[in-house]
Amino acid sequence: MDLLKLKFILFMVSQVLRSSIKKYGAVRKHIGKTRAVVQVKLRDGSLGRWYDISIDGVKSKAGLHAKPDVIVDILDVDTALAFLNPNADQAEIIHAMKNFRVLLIGPDHLAVWFAQLMNLTASAKLEYGAKMPDGSTRYTQNGNGGPTFVYVKDGKILRITPIDLDPSDAPSFVIRARGKTFSPDRRVSINPHAQTLKSMVYSDKRILYPMKRVDFDPNGARNPQNRGKSGYVRISWDEAFDMVGNEIKRQRQVYGPGALAIWHGSHHQWGNVGYYLSALLRFGNLLGFTRVHHNPDSWEGWYWGATHHYGNSMRVGVSGMYGLVEDCLKEAEMIVFWSSDPESTNGYAAGYEGTKRRLWAKDLGIEMVHIDPNFNPTAQLFGGRWIPIRPGTDPALSLAIMNVWINEGLYDKDYVANRTTGFEEWRDYVLGVEDGVPKTPEWQADETGIPAHVVRALARKWGNRKVYLGAGGPGIGFGGACRNATGTQFARNLVMMMAMQGLGKPGVNFGNLQYGTPLDPYFWFPGYAEGGISGELQWTAAAPHTYCRMPHILSMNPVQQMVPRQRLPEAIIDGYARGYPWDGFSNEAQFQAYEYPKPGYSKIHMLYRYGTSTFGTIAKSGRYIDMFRHESIDMVVNQAIWMEGDAHFADVILPACTSFERWDISEVANSGGYIHHNTHGLNHRMVMMQHKCIEPLGESKSDYDIFTGILNRMGTGAMFTEGCSDLDWARRLFMASDASKRVKWADFVKKGYYVVPPEPEAIRTPRNYGWFAEGRPKDAPEPIPMPSQWSGDFLKGLSTQSGKIEFIPNSLKRFDAVDPERNPLNRYVPSWEGPRTEALVKKFPVQMISTHSRYSFHTYGDGKDSTINDIKDHRVNVGGRLYWVMRINDEDAKARGIAHNDLIRVFNDRGSVVCAADVSPLTMRGVCKTYESSAESDFQHDPRYGLVDFGGCVNILTPDRPQTRNTDGMGSNACLVQFETWTPPEHALLRA
Amino acid sequence: MTQSTPRPTARWNLIVDVALCENCNNCILATKDEYVGADFPGYSAGHARHGRSVIEITRHMRGSGHMVDVTYVPRLCNHCDDAPCIKAAPDAVRKRDDGIVVIDPVAAKGRKDLVGACPYGAIVWNEEAQLPQNWTFDAHLLDQGWTEPRCAHSCPTGVFTSVKADDAEMTRRVDAERLETIRPELKTRPRVWYKNLGRAKSHFVGGAVIGKVQGVTECIEGAEVALIADGQTLATARTDAFGDFKFDGLTRTTGDYTVRITREGFPPATAKAKAGVPTYLGELSLGG
Repeated sequence: MDLLKLKFILFMVSQVLRSSIKKYGAVRKHIGKTRAVVQVKLRDGSLGRWYDISIDGVKSKAGLHAKPDVIVDILDVDTALAFLNPNADQAEIIHAMKNFRVLLIGPDHLAVWFAQLMNLTASAKLEYGAKMPDGSTRYTQNGNGGPTFVYVKDGKILRITPIDLDPSDAPSFVIRARGKTFSPDRRVSINPHAQTLKSMVYSDKRILYPMKRVDFDPNGARNPQNRGKSGYVRISWDEAFDMVGNEIKRQRQVYGPGALAIWHGSHHQWGNVGYYLSALLRFGNLLGFTRVHHNPDSWEGWYWGATHHYGNSMRVGVSGMYGLVEDCLKEAEMIVFWSSDPESTNGYAAGYEGTKRRLWAKDLGIEMVHIDPNFNPTAQLFGGRWIPIRPGTDPALSLAIMNVWINEGLYDKDYVANRTTGFEEWRDYVLGVEDGVPKTPEWQADETGIPAHVVRALARKWGNRKVYLGAGGPGIGFGGACRNATGTQFARNLVMMMAMQGLGKPGVNFGNLQYGTPLDPYFWFPGYAEGGISGELQWTAAAPHTYCRMPHILSMNPVQQMVPRQRLPEAIIDGYARGYPWDGFSNEAQFQAYEYPKPGYSKIHMLYRYGTSTFGTIAKSGRYIDMFRHESIDMVVNQAIWMEGDAHFADVILPACTSFERWDISEVANSGGYIHHNTHGLNHRMVMMQHKCIEPLGESKSDYDIFTGILNRMGTGAMFTEGCSDLDWARRLFMASDASKRVKWADFVKKGYYVVPPEPEAIRTPRNYGWFAEGRPKDAPEPIPMPSQWSGDFLKGLSTQSGKIEFIPNSLKRFDAVDPERNPLNRYVPSWEGPRTEALVKKFPVQMISTHSRYSFHTYGDGKDSTINDIKDHRVNVGGRLYWVMRINDEDAKARGIAHNDLIRVFNDRGSVVCAADVSPLTMRGVCKTYESSAESDFQHDPRYGLVDFGGCVNILTPDRPQTRNTDGMGSNACLVQFETWTPPEHALLRA
Repeated sequence: MTQSTPRPTARWNLIVDVALCENCNNCILATKDEYVGADFPGYSAGHARHGRSVIEITRHMRGSGHMVDVTYVPRLCNHCDDAPCIKAAPDAVRKRDDGIVVIDPVAAKGRKDLVGACPYGAIVWNEEAQLPQNWTFDAHLLDQGWTEPRCAHSCPTGVFTSVKADDAEMTRRVDAERLETIRPELKTRPRVWYKNLGRAKSHFVGGAVIGKVQGVTECIEGAEVALIADGQTLATARTDAFGDFKFDGLTRTTGDYTVRITREGFPPATAKAKAGVPTYLGELSLGG
């Protein structure tokens, strides 16, 4: 009976193939010029059927073919029925593959082609997009800047707009506070970098063909010294795949494991399939690679410092956010924005969803204060007292505020007594008992530049009210001040301040209304850090959910060697680097130093770079020029969408397409992992189908298809794809998620999105830390900390050693009790590059801060010929070139004879960057402010000054010293510079 | 987007609330998204990818020290009922029945003179297309049933409100909401109305009051501050917890203001400020 069934299924395969070829253009396109004979057979040869497939049709016959191209070799009839069943259980398919019950034999490119073809016979019938009156079709997309509707006409994007929810979508949440009722707009806001995407897709910076550097010959002279100088020639994909595949094999044979390093930026395109934590990791794991390990660059001081006082290591040191929007609107009397500019940084990937909520707060009369060297866009929109502060002196201000609180009794003594430890020792330091220096408002004035009376006024106001502390853009942590030399001290002090004010009591919390909307925290859809298709359990958050719910084949990187991202140039040039890891599983994980090279591994001889620009984003980035040209690097590959930044230094360039040109699936703002429930910065949770809106431009391909192409050369293409296309993986992720219980796959793909209803009002998650303040078991829906990390009973207290907020953290005492830079007692240590480094100040008297950018998302949106570049607050056109903007104080400008939009050279011993001056009173004297993430770079050698960049990579000026010893925290905002009017050179400059 | 039922005399107006503008530039980017690389025959030719957009945001900063503020004013074609551009080129620019001014993308070819014809500087020259171009109110979308232009649709804070109303109804709204036009003295009868323009058009006088309390310098809260000109008290205010006071909305352009500060237990203090410029007087000490 079973045998008969199997014969019938095999027969039906030919019928399905034939009708699909007839019916679906997508199927015909996939087949293209390929012709192959595929033999499906039982291992003992007792039963089989072959299919000769081409665009002209399918010949098929029972039995064994003499010369098949691909063999699907199946152990027995039972396996065959489970495997070939049209409604096959994915777990059974994976089970059969993992146990060698089904083997795909033959060249990978044909095996993958056949498997994807079979899946396409089912998926090609999917309908998607809505027909619009003007003849266009409206698709959906998702990205760093929010979800969008994409109107396409004649195969070209016509317009990209925010999404209006329709009446059939779930209702919006309602918050009642102080007699008013608030509910969000039924339109999802987007960021400028989302609104500019059409210009980024159709950009003359797009790389449309695979290319090779003109003077790079893998079989002859490689000329590493010319990287970044010489031009490129077009090559075919076959040549490119061969060149990269052959080099990977050569590296293995010549040097051994570890020679290949894969290296990526933090953000490029959104999606659960085509993401660095998904397809790239699966690709890397199938090759084996030296990991370029990221430091927690936006968190820094919170991770290396704050976490030791109150736990939250799995949140990279920042606080949770449940229930905070409602609590803040109902209870808070004041919000202190400290190094907090949510109107520039928008939480994370959350459009302008938080802006309306802050307007509600303004409407309710909640007072606002802004502590920042710059009268930033948040202060500009909402008003309130601006307290300008010298960069990096924030810990001194916080000490003085605590000094006033202690002296005037303006803190929660009961909370301190019952919920904290070590206060007496801390109090003695703050009062000067310990070192003879009381940390008074007068004491801090010389450090911060803030008059003592203003500090007293702020401390009293704060100590007498219910206050939300908006720390950093998200309010719950982050902030430019945490990326300063003193960032660790800053974040630590803010946690202690909140402990003194009763963190978790009504109206007393971290936050600035950017996070903590009453959305459903119980609905699971994978965030991009939850592994996607990677099968990587150690370096993604795949294990708890994605790996359990979506059967797929595990992947692992057998190379344990790592390089700290901030030290990659030293690793390559000096052959040695040492770092500390970002690992959130415990407070202690960050203490475990690691070294490069790791015993027994090869040093790095090949760099595989994936997207974005390093020069704009990594401290003292001029180092990377020498690194790229180092003779030990035999090949630099860059897989990129746009010709920018690092791509100029590659030997082989693989053109990737944007997310508009391929399939993907995701949830808006769902990062998973690092920021659990980051979706709660939105006003509506939305699961998005990222429609393939247009065909890839030129010869560009999806990242997924590029990886497949290379791995097909290595014989692991079938393993990589599991026979799936990006669309098939999107379906598998959807089926694994809770979305599949609410909406049918076909309906979801058709409409393009699903809105998750908010949590019902009756069971809203209580405000974060309310449980802690009230001594109840934890009621926040986050799996943090791990079960073993509670010091007493499960769910009681925090994950510190005492279970309480520790003024003098035990974890730091255990690690290094006498560390002068990160002492358990958080003494004020002035910045190692700031107002107190007097010799340096004489040469470079201005403090430069380079914050996260407002209009681009790091390098995403900048350069690339996008329309963002025309924003006067982003770049300024001077003489036909678009210069990066440096915001300088009007009096500082006057003293140097600089007028608005003049070109200035901003410089220190590390280099020079030519910027356009934005002269205003909005940046305090002695400080200049810019963004950290130029995608453009144009390095020239000026005989007068050395390295000069005209692109705007201010990070060539920033220090690469870690914040404190024994950490890898970057302190880019501790940067002394000077600036002057730029005088063009007499002779043309040479490319640096 | 829902279809609205237009009444015969209903015409388009746009209300711009500058208090809500935070210079995010989505209005400009959305408009570029619509027109760059896309022609809408009869309405507009494609716009230039780079350079000045048909919407421009101007920045107005006031003050110094910690007492600064910024107002962003989006500027676009006013769709004047008495439009100077139509007068300058009746053959190339027309007024639709619904109030929208259309620069004909064929008939206006080469008419660079129209850029100078607009007293608001709202007409942009497209060098490549050799066309003067305005913000069209996205008439091609309104004609397809859209209820608002792209700039309003992409604005996260609701700066722009498009209103289709008959003129009497609009006049009532202008009065009720105290709407203004950008340069009323030009008398071109714009259909773009501004709300909360005051900060961009007026000045302030402010300061921070300090004094010694038990020998320690403190911010003085609750001090009474009077703004005096020509012997007349124009306004009074009380200092906040930081000792700050601010008289806003001042429109005099000549003369001096005197600020007089009194607080029980302190000798009074006075300071002078020039009219016509936003002035932060700095820290003012009671008792010297």
